[in-house]
Amino acid sequence: MSGQTTAYSIVEPTLRAKRVAGVIIVFYAVLTIIPLVWIALTSIKSPPDSISYPPKVIPFVHFEPTIEGYCNLFTTRSRQTPEYLATLPPPAGRCETIAREKNLVVVSESKYIPRFVNSVVIAFGSTALAVFLGTLAAYGFSRFRVPLKDDLMFFILSTRMMPPIAVAIPIFLMYRELGLQDTRLGMILLYTSVNISLAVWLLKGFIDEIPREYEEAAMIDGYTRIQAFRKVVLPQAATGIAATAIFCMIFAWNEYAFAVLLTSGDAQTAPPFIPIIIGEGGQDWPAVAAGTTLFLIPIVVFTVLMRKHLLRGITFGAVRK
Amino acid sequence: MTLPTSRRLIEKAAVATPPALSGRIRGLSDRAIAWLFISPTIILLLAINIFPLIWTIWLSFTNYRANRPNAPLRDVGLAHYIDILTNPDIWAAMQVTARFVIATIAIQTVLGFLLAWLIDRKFRGAGFWTTVILLPMMLSPAVVGNFWTFLYQPQIGLFNYMVAFVSGIPPSSFQMLGDVKLSPWAIVLVDSWMWTPYVMLICLAGLRSIPDYIYEAAEVDRASKWRQFWTITLPMALPFIMLAVLFRGIENFKMFDMVNLLTGGGPGSTTEVASITLKREAFEKWRTGYSSAFAIILFVTVFGLANIYVKALNAVKAR
Repeated sequence: MSGQTTAYSIVEPTLRAKRVAGVIIVFYAVLTIIPLVWIALTSIKSPPDSISYPPKVIPFVHFEPTIEGYCNLFTTRSRQTPEYLATLPPPAGRCETIAREKNLVVVSESKYIPRFVNSVVIAFGSTALAVFLGTLAAYGFSRFRVPLKDDLMFFILSTRMMPPIAVAIPIFLMYRELGLQDTRLGMILLYTSVNISLAVWLLKGFIDEIPREYEEAAMIDGYTRIQAFRKVVLPQAATGIAATAIFCMIFAWNEYAFAVLLTSGDAQTAPPFIPIIIGEGGQDWPAVAAGTTLFLIPIVVFTVLMRKHLLRGITFGAVRK
Repeated sequence: MTLPTSRRLIEKAAVATPPALSGRIRGLSDRAIAWLFISPTIILLLAINIFPLIWTIWLSFTNYRANRPNAPLRDVGLAHYIDILTNPDIWAAMQVTARFVIATIAIQTVLGFLLAWLIDRKFRGAGFWTTVILLPMMLSPAVVGNFWTFLYQPQIGLFNYMVAFVSGIPPSSFQMLGDVKLSPWAIVLVDSWMWTPYVMLICLAGLRSIPDYIYEAAEVDRASKWRQFWTITLPMALPFIMLAVLFRGIENFKMFDMVNLLTGGGPGSTTEVASITLKREAFEKWRTGYSSAFAIILFVTVFGLANIYVKALNAVKAR
């Protein structure tokens, strides 16, 4: 760190203050990241390594990395006698080999991939729907004089204040009547209704920032209102729409309470599934860690991409910068 | 958004439209478009939020049980509400919730503001480390919370090992999740680990919204740093801090996923927050009518508290 100050200001923190602040922040950041690093490390340990005392930290030095956790995540296995195993053809693939060493045979694929696919489909479906409806509504609220506008906007926000369990009771009954219980469509509609408040509030903020003069100019030139919306406003709002979409997607991806109460089989997403991954004799922590790692990676990537818009997203557009 | 691109867009728009259209049909009226655009959202919310809410209110006056849909339905009037408001177990759950909300908000506000203030010292690499600190809050509380049960294992867990390493007490001598005294704090710790960055980010926006010239003026007037902090920094960042507290308060009042996975309300009922009680009544005991009444009480509580708080927030902002 060089001490040169080109534009000197009396309110610029001193070099020492900066250093102390930097050290404390780095310390906190390292502390806060440990659980995440531990998830990734556990996913490449063997079950005995994962529960050893003292903990094994550095791969190749303290423990030998293995893909066993990922194998256990993706497969179900059953225990067989050595005599029976001897009669089998040689193992095909790494996972089979690892299983054979423990007198196990791979029986079938686990449910992780279908659950993951459910998460993807439901997240994308509800995001697309919420952003589509939200963009229209946000434009309506931003540009037109709507009666009771503030009340409607507040009504849209207030739907977020309900505890999810409270919402789940009637939704459970309603979906049972409509046959939407444990279906992807039901979850998409539910997540859309939760996400739409975020989408409307965020997008209204983004559209408010686009000067009305652009559309008015286009309309003077003969565009209809809808044409002006499509060809002038939408391209201008593209960044905002993308940011909103990612926030909606993250919510749907992370959601647990509705998923655990309203889905149990066909439409179950990954969050309620990962905690119930069990191996022989209790939780199979490397497999849980492997499932968690794969589940978290997309969000980590999105967070890094979205860091400039994070503030706006988490405060429903109340704080802009 | 840059002006040149927008101008180009307008030019493109101006060229692309046939002049014959101008002045003729304008398509739908603005009023029609406004309703066309807004009504799908309202209809969806009415169908999936308001209709169920009304249904919940209706159920709360009946003895309906979702696992016996064909049992005769009886109108019980306000019996459920009276029962809930006089039930010591419900009050215990509300107290656990209140303690949880207060503890997490206190920790996260103080720590979050402190971190934001440190980041605002603008040291090199602040941007990168801020992103690192922000990571936990974007992740699924359920999936990550579940992994904390592993970190909290008495003998093999990393958390116990690290505490033992620092303090010297044996790592198997305390159980974060199994101990009546420690388990509430285990949850507060995970919640704070996840959500302190949230408060930090909002506080950081507040600190950055304070213009430099105010500090320069204070510096010219020879106000001490300490005094500058109490008379400039804190009052000007207060609306932001209050906003963060509002969002955290509402979220933690609804808290379900992390508690459900970490302790499930236990040991005993020491960590049984309101949402857990509600889940037990509604989806384990299947007392649908009773739990509907509890759901309505919870909603009215959070809605009422939030409204009072927003009034206070606006008063602070208007100052």
